[in-house]
Amino acid sequence: MMPFVRQIAASAFALTALCLGQVAHAQGTIKIGYVDPLSGAFAQQGDASLKHFAYLFDRVNAENPPLGKKFEIVPYDSKLQPNEALIALKSVTDQNIPFIMHCAGSNVAAALIDGVAKHNARNPDNRVIYLNCGALASDLTNEKCDFWHFRFDANTGMRAETLVRGLPKTLQSVYVLNQDYLFGQTLQKETKDFLAKLRPDIKIVGEELIPLGKVKDFSPYISKIKASGAQALITGNWGPDLNLMMKAGADAGFELDYYTYLAHVVGGATAVGATGENRLYTVTEFHPNVPVEQKSVEGEKFVTEWRKNHDFDLFQMNNYVLLTMLAKAINKASTTDAYKVALALEDITAKDPLGHDYRMRKEDHQLLEPLYASKFTKDVKYDSEKTGLGWKTVAAVEGKDLDQPTTCKMKRPAS
Amino acid sequence: MEIVIVSLLNGLVYGMLLFMLASGLTLIFSMMGVLNFAHASVWMLGAYFAYEVSRFIGFLPALIIAPLLCAAVGAAIEVWGLRRVHHNGHVAELLFTFGLVFIIQRSVQMIWGMLPMPYRVPAALDFPLFTIYGANFPAYRGFMLFISALMLLAIWLMLKKTRIGLIIQGALTHPNMVSSLGHNVPLVFTTVFAGGCGLAGLAGVIGGNYLVTESSMADAMGPIVFVVVVFGGLGSLGGCFIASILMGMIQTFAVVIDASIGDVLKPIGIALSSETLLGEILTVPMARIGPLLPYLLMVFILLFRPRGLMGTRDT
Repeated sequence: MMPFVRQIAASAFALTALCLGQVAHAQGTIKIGYVDPLSGAFAQQGDASLKHFAYLFDRVNAENPPLGKKFEIVPYDSKLQPNEALIALKSVTDQNIPFIMHCAGSNVAAALIDGVAKHNARNPDNRVIYLNCGALASDLTNEKCDFWHFRFDANTGMRAETLVRGLPKTLQSVYVLNQDYLFGQTLQKETKDFLAKLRPDIKIVGEELIPLGKVKDFSPYISKIKASGAQALITGNWGPDLNLMMKAGADAGFELDYYTYLAHVVGGATAVGATGENRLYTVTEFHPNVPVEQKSVEGEKFVTEWRKNHDFDLFQMNNYVLLTMLAKAINKASTTDAYKVALALEDITAKDPLGHDYRMRKEDHQLLEPLYASKFTKDVKYDSEKTGLGWKTVAAVEGKDLDQPTTCKMKRPAS
Repeated sequence: MEIVIVSLLNGLVYGMLLFMLASGLTLIFSMMGVLNFAHASVWMLGAYFAYEVSRFIGFLPALIIAPLLCAAVGAAIEVWGLRRVHHNGHVAELLFTFGLVFIIQRSVQMIWGMLPMPYRVPAALDFPLFTIYGANFPAYRGFMLFISALMLLAIWLMLKKTRIGLIIQGALTHPNMVSSLGHNVPLVFTTVFAGGCGLAGLAGVIGGNYLVTESSMADAMGPIVFVVVVFGGLGSLGGCFIASILMGMIQTFAVVIDASIGDVLKPIGIALSSETLLGEILTVPMARIGPLLPYLLMVFILLFRPRGLMGTRDT
């Protein structure tokens, strides 16, 4: 019964999206299909990205109109399932939309890379570029790298390096815990690799993989971490898996520092609240206090405009860069033809409103972007989600310093 | 040793929370034959109601008002919804409650948004009750245990010692006979459904700030509550209680065991590697598959004892 009902829901959704898409076509816009979880347990992530895009599309359409037209987003629900994302891909290609954008879930991304490559090989006159706006497993631009896939966000390896570089000198023992799927497994491995390489003095006293989105009560994990004697926990958990875990840790009154990869995403600050003060760290591509710290007037305006009608933080600077680079590439190629735009995207550069440099690396189609290791504290100008606490940079790394080697051997189509 | 005691306490708290949810569901399931998919959604509603009420008049009133609101929602669902689709058989009822899950979740998302609610433990209960081997046992968990024990006692007294309980018990097994004796069976059904939803609401009030109040909170809780009900057996509150505690304990203890099935087999001379048949599964540490164990148990109980642990009739 389940699959049947879901199928109906999926088709209804696809049908609505189809109608929306056709209306958009009449206005002569450049459409970008967007696939992410818009329902279910992880819907808050997709919803937050959608709100980011509404803001960023307006801005880029004004600053950098592609071929004098406007970008238009056509959303689809992935439910965080690879098969749902592939249905969306089918619908995108049926409408001859040359761009598909997807952020959440590296397992979904792996399926999409494969699906897009196959589609493009079979339909040379209707090809599509996959714009990855946040699926982070580094495999996607290493072993699994593909000409049609461009990742506009720092991968797990870059984030692990930034996190490890930001660890305090006094730290001696850590516990590493991640979600048991492509993203978490990759982070688990890379965190350990960079710890061994950059901080051999830190002892890993325990490690764990937990099922994605299944655990309700994290107190047993907390007692286990406590028993291991760890001073800090390093985790890539996100959404409910992070919120519930931090809550359980706070309830146990356990003096533990949390070095996370994704605590800054929407809902994290509310769920953690005051218990995370000076104890919660994250690695982010941007946070609202970066312009304040760097005294960038233009950057601060970017933040205050957003805060006028949003009560959660603006983080996705990488997606501003995504749209800017795409617009520049389309203008350079003078067409939306997927192959020509893909070639134009290689080694393209852009700046964010603060003046930082970004580059789309040609070898593996991985964006080089600045990253900020940040602390959750009261000592900030802009707080997160009205908690009175916000993010403060403890270590900033420029994109060019995160130019890690890749194992990608990219095959470029001849035409 | 210390980890055993801490885990025992954690398992007990979680098990009792499961029981509060499952007891209502098992009453509804065994009496009306309706597997109410939306039970965990009502639990979520309870948490959101409690957050709203506690914002304005405090946590203690919320402890009473939110369950009553949930009971009212339950009564409305039964009278205007379930009773109408009842003639079309169990599949229709099942689909009806299945649809409710999506409607309730979407409504919650539309009213309160998708962000988690800042629903926190009241300050009066936010202190460590005692410290055990360096880890705090929060007073709020003690309070949860107290409330759930109180609820268990109240249900037991009502079912075993009152006239209403007698009729409910009768209607559980022989609805037609009870009806022939002149009792208003539909009213009994409504009462039980509303009561069950009220219990779920109560669990939501105390679970909402123990866990995190957000629109996806029902997703992970729904399936595990079904496991408890099926495992415990139809029409048996005792079975439901044992199953809840057992599931709480299993999930808590599995996490702290790092050994795999392969490690257990090693001393008796069976060496496993990823090469051997099923080796991948048998060498995974228990901690990694802990949250899935209850579902495995449900499969086994359905295969070998379909009536559940203490059930009085087959599922």
